[in-house]
Amino acid sequence: MPEVTYLEALRQGLREEMRRDERVFILGEDVGRYGGAFKVTEGFFAEFGEGRVIDTPISEAAIVGAAAGAAHLGMRPVAEMQFIDFISCAYDMLTNYVATARYRANLACPIVVRGPCGGYVRGGPFHSQNPEAAFLHTPGLKIVCPATARDAKGLIKAAIRDDDPVLYFEHKYLYRRIKENLPEDGDLVTPIGSARVAREGRDLSVITYSAMVWKALEAAEVLQKEDGLQVEVLDLRTLLPMDDAAILETVRKTNRVMIVHEDTRTGGVAGEIAARINEGAFEWLDAPVLRVTAADTPLPYAPTLEDYVLPQVADIVTVARKLAAY
Amino acid sequence: MIARPAAAGRKAVPGIPAGLGPAQLLDLYYFMRLTRSLEERLTNLYRQGKVIGGLFRSLGQEADSVGSAYALDRSAGDILSPLIRNLGSLLVMGASPVDVLRQYMAKATSPTRGRELNVHFGDLERGFVGQISHLGDMVPVMAGITLTFRMRGERRVGLVYVGDGAMSTGAFHEGMNFAAVRRLPLVVVAENNGYAYSTTLERQTAVPQLVLKAKAYGVPGERADGNDVLAVYEATRRAVDRARAGEGVTLIELVTYRRKGHAEHDDQHYVPREELARWERNDPIARHVQRVTEHGWLEAGELEAADARVAAELDAAVRVAEQEPLPEPATALEGVYAQPSRQPAPGHREVARA
Repeated sequence: MPEVTYLEALRQGLREEMRRDERVFILGEDVGRYGGAFKVTEGFFAEFGEGRVIDTPISEAAIVGAAAGAAHLGMRPVAEMQFIDFISCAYDMLTNYVATARYRANLACPIVVRGPCGGYVRGGPFHSQNPEAAFLHTPGLKIVCPATARDAKGLIKAAIRDDDPVLYFEHKYLYRRIKENLPEDGDLVTPIGSARVAREGRDLSVITYSAMVWKALEAAEVLQKEDGLQVEVLDLRTLLPMDDAAILETVRKTNRVMIVHEDTRTGGVAGEIAARINEGAFEWLDAPVLRVTAADTPLPYAPTLEDYVLPQVADIVTVARKLAAY
Repeated sequence: MIARPAAAGRKAVPGIPAGLGPAQLLDLYYFMRLTRSLEERLTNLYRQGKVIGGLFRSLGQEADSVGSAYALDRSAGDILSPLIRNLGSLLVMGASPVDVLRQYMAKATSPTRGRELNVHFGDLERGFVGQISHLGDMVPVMAGITLTFRMRGERRVGLVYVGDGAMSTGAFHEGMNFAAVRRLPLVVVAENNGYAYSTTLERQTAVPQLVLKAKAYGVPGERADGNDVLAVYEATRRAVDRARAGEGVTLIELVTYRRKGHAEHDDQHYVPREELARWERNDPIARHVQRVTEHGWLEAGELEAADARVAAELDAAVRVAEQEPLPEPATALEGVYAQPSRQPAPGHREVARA
C-alpha cells in the first residue's frame, strides 16, 4: 500500500471516477492544461482531453449553472472553485437553482462543486474561507469535509456517484501535509452522511471535521499525557446530512462535549450541533456544550493575526480542561 | 405531443415566407390563440380566487414566444427555457393547457406537485426546462445543456429567453460569455417588451437596442419585429440553423410590448395611455390574421375552426383542473433529495400529532 498525500488521494478518486464513468467531466478555471491552481487535475487534460477537462472563463455562476444543465441531461460534472472563497459568486445558482431542482421540478442535479477551503496558510481574507455554514442552511445540498487522505478519496468518489448535488470542501492545509497508506486497487468509497470516531475516549468528546480533526487529535495527546484524560474525537466527515446518531452516541458515552470548527463562531455549524445535542441528549450532559471556533472577524493575513483568530491546539486543550472540570 | 391542425393535401403556396406552408401558418395562429385564450381563462380564475398566486400575462407578446419556439426542431430534441411571459413557447413544445392551469391553481396533479407557481415547470422529454425567478440564471443552465449536446456529438439546439431586465444580471453575462467562448449551439432570445416591472428600457440599460450587446460577446445579433410572428420565426430559424451547423451563439432581439402590468395586480399607472393604445393597434394575432387572409394563405373558416378547437380544449382543461385537490400537506417533505427521499418533520409537528 503506497503512501499518498491528501491531494494525491483526491486526484486518484477523481481520476478513477473519470475512467469508470464517461459521464464524469471537470470544469473550472485553469483546470485543463495548467492542471488547476493546486494541481489537483494535473495530467487530466492529457489523459481525458479538452472535452472532459474544460477550462472556463472566470465565471463561478456560469460554472455551476452549466454543471447543473449538464447534470439534468445525465452527466456527472465536477466543478472546481479555484479557491472555495469564490463559491460565494455562485451562491445564487447553488441555493436557488441547484438545491431546489429536484424538489421544485423533479430535475436531477448530480453535480459536485469542490475546492480548497481553510486557513493556516497566510492566505488572507479571500483565500482562506470556510463557507460550510452558508450552505448548511440550504435543503437540497449535501456537504462533505474530508480530514484524511482516505476520506479525500472516498468522499470524492461518493460525491460523484451521489444523485444529489454535493459540495466537497477540501482543506488546502492538508493537501500535502497529510499522508496515508491507501490500497492501490479496490473501490474506496466513504459513505456520505456517516461520521467516524477518529480517537476513542471516555472522558469527553470533541466533535469536529476537516483540518480541525488533526488539531483535536494533537490536543487529545496533550490531554492524555498531561491530564490523564481520555478524549474521544468524532470526525463528522459529512455536515449535510449530519450523522445525528454518531453525535448522540458520543454524547451518551462521555457526557461532556465540545465542538471545534475553523469557521467563525456566530451562526456556525457548532451552533446547529449544540442544538441537536440539546434536543436529543440533554439529560445525558454533565456540562454545557462548549465551542472552539475562529473569532468573528474576516480572516487576517499577518501570521500573528491569523494565529490569534484561528483555533489552535492550545485553545482546544484549555476548553477541554474547563469541560472536564465542570 | 399536441396534435396540430391537419394540413394534409395542401400545397405550399408561393410567397409564404421562410418556406412555411399553410399548415404551419395555421399552427402559428392556433398557438397564439391558445396562449391568449388560456391567459384569459386564467384571468377569470384569478378573479374568482382560484389562481393562488400571481398571474403573469403575455398579452401582445404571443408572437415572440410562439414564433421563436416554432423555429426549434422538436423531433431533433431541441430544448428551450422560458421566462414568465413565454407561455406560448411552452405550448408549442407540447405543454398541455391543463398542466398550466394546475400549476396556477397549485393542484396536487400539477407538474411540480404544488411546489412551484405558474409557468415555472419543465419537461425534458418535451424539450423545456423550468425556470426559476432569478432572472438570467437559465442562461448558464442552458449553456450546460448545450455543452452536453456538444460533448455527446448531438445535433441539438438550445434556446433561452431573457428580457430587457434579465440582461442586466450577472448570470446573463456569465452564461452568455461562457456559451459564446465555447461556441455552443445556443440561441439567446432577448424580448424587449419595454418594461421590467415598472422600469423602462432606458433605466435598464444605456444602449438603445439590446442587440448591440451581441458585439460585446463576439456573437452575431439580429433584431426583429416581435409582433410579426413570421419575422420572429425567420430570425430565430436562421439562428437555430447556425447553431445546429456548429456556428455558435446568436443573440436575437425581439421588439415587442407588454400590454399588461408586471402581474395582474399591477395597474400600469406608470404607462402612458397613448403608448398603450399605439401597441394595441399593433396586435400580433390581428396582424397575422390580416396577412394570412389578405394573401389567401388561409381561409376565415380555418381560423374559426381553430378558435373553436381552442375553446373546446380550454373548456375541458378548466373542468378537469378545477375539480382536482390541493396536495396533501405532508407531501411537502418529499423529494428534497433522491436519498433520503423524505425529510423528517420538525419536532413540533410530531409533538402536535402525538
